Amino acid sequence: MVLGAPDADSAELYAETVTEGDPSWAGALAGVSLGLPVFHIMEPVIKDQIDPALAVEHLGLMEIALDVEKISGVLERLRKSC
Amino acid sequence: MYIVSSSAHHQPTKPVVQGVSYFLAHVPGLTCHGSKPSREIKKDPPLRESFRSHLRTFEEAVAYPPNQVFIGNLDPDDLAHVPSPWYKHPVRDGSRWGLFGEIMPEDEFYGMMKICDEFQLLLLEEGFVRAVAVKLRQHPLFSDADLLRLGNGVSLADIERQLADGATLPMYDRGGRLVGCVRTGHEEDPNLTAEILMENLSVRASGALALRHQVAATGRAEAVDFLLGGGEEAVGDRYNRGGGNMAKAIGELCGCSGAGGADIKAFCSGTVHAIVVAAGLVASGIFSDVVVVAGGSFAKLGMKFQGHLRHDMPILEDVIAAIAVRVGRDDGKSPVIRLDSIGKHEIGSGSSQQAIFDKLIAQPLDRLGLKFTQIDKYATEMHNPEITEPQGSGNVPRTNYRIIGSFAVLRGEIQRADLDRFVEEHGMLGFSSTQGHIASAVPVLGHAIRKMLSGERNNTMFVAKGSLFLGRMTQLADGMSFLLERNKGTQGGV
Amino acid sequence: MLLKSKKVIIIGERDGVQGPAIEACMRSVGAEPVITQTQCFV
Repeated sequence: MVLGAPDADSAELYAETVTEGDPSWAGALAGVSLGLPVFHIMEPVIKDQIDPALAVEHLGLMEIALDVEKISGVLERLRKSC
Repeated sequence: MYIVSSSAHHQPTKPVVQGVSYFLAHVPGLTCHGSKPSREIKKDPPLRESFRSHLRTFEEAVAYPPNQVFIGNLDPDDLAHVPSPWYKHPVRDGSRWGLFGEIMPEDEFYGMMKICDEFQLLLLEEGFVRAVAVKLRQHPLFSDADLLRLGNGVSLADIERQLADGATLPMYDRGGRLVGCVRTGHEEDPNLTAEILMENLSVRASGALALRHQVAATGRAEAVDFLLGGGEEAVGDRYNRGGGNMAKAIGELCGCSGAGGADIKAFCSGTVHAIVVAAGLVASGIFSDVVVVAGGSFAKLGMKFQGHLRHDMPILEDVIAAIAVRVGRDDGKSPVIRLDSIGKHEIGSGSSQQAIFDKLIAQPLDRLGLKFTQIDKYATEMHNPEITEPQGSGNVPRTNYRIIGSFAVLRGEIQRADLDRFVEEHGMLGFSSTQGHIASAVPVLGHAIRKMLSGERNNTMFVAKGSLFLGRMTQLADGMSFLLERNKGTQGGV
Repeated sequence: MLLKSKKVIIIGERDGVQGPAIEACMRSVGAEPVITQTQCFV
């Protein structure tokens, strides 16, 4: 799964939902552990595979605007704990 | 003989914003009928109790700092000095009456919904109606004709009998007391259910009160030529789903007897689209006095209540918001909508943020010969972060201001290290209720006009985005923008 | 995690990176988007 969430909190909420189960225990995935690998489009491990010109066109602006380090940190931790 | 009129009336003109009004109704009793709460409470009925215990009183809603900013008693910049969380730091001298409008308590608003009801859909209990009538008689924007329409109410037994059919929707006060109900409009029409009619009545009621405040402030209701609806409701029956023209339904209650009307639909950015269309109608001379009016989005009441309950905070999405914007011919003082500044997201633009902000901000600025930093303030998605963050939806205005600043970085107009300062100087904190077409840029209009009239500000760029994909018809992004500029006092000319 | 030939679920966001923008990037590296959504939480 690849996310485009604007901050670490919302990325974490998504990622937890499809890995460990819905953390709010509200939706269809409450208590359901899908264990899907989740990445953010801005994480270097994903973004570096994209042709640089295309990445600039689609992601260049948001790379400056988003706190990529924080988002990456949260998702890396979640992937390791799965 | 064919005469071509040469009166000044038909000369091209600059469109100006002559006034803007905002209206909030604090409706804790209706909040359980918002889309998300109603679905969750149906699945888990005991939830109703904890839901009710987290609803605010009217006094709390009035004293809530973002609400005071919304109706014009505080400046958006004042919020930076209010400690977080805002709901724990009430404004001591907060008032229901504001420079731009008011915050109305629930009982009076239910009365207004009844006044809007021409098809005997809404029944209110007689004792409740008597008490409301006393209050509305004191309100400067209600007339004897309104009180006639309010009627005398019905007995509680009548309301309970209506509710037995299962299709009727109960109306409670904040404490859970049954005070009325809304009936279905047609047994076999899913577009006229009690839920939809309750939503449409609340949109009409809130829009009409925003418009009444507007015509009370700027005068001459009968001079309004045309009304444009910018709301997100869908008025219609099974043969005309979303048929619309809420605009005229609202104007009818505000003395706008000379106005035609129609609605503009574009999700959250609908209100800004409507303002741009209004500017075009005035500039072209087709009409000279146009009002954009948008009632509240009922469906979003309590949308993020689960996050609020999780953090044991009050349910903050308990207000219905509405706006009315009057666009007219250049009067030499009201702020000007620059016709050469209009930005639009095009079908072929693509949906990367870069493409969206290029179309909505960078290209208009290039046309105007301005740099990003020459815009005093940007008005973007103004959602109150205290509402969105507990549910993991982030700080929407801050994200958008960072995107705008990042564009200035990409163009080499500011350094990357100056991004935070750009956000601080050219942005503001979110203070709007989260109802899309209200939160999208337009809450800033009142403050921008006030500051331009006093000479404190030169310009503000309004940038609205819409989420067309929510309707499952297209993946396209959407958006519209315009620059509002201080009137330099030279009337006429384009 | 090599993206080529992988099936991907794309959840974009209105105020973050939108779904179609992510999809364009994924297709360019030979990944196969099976669902593309853009969310809007406000």
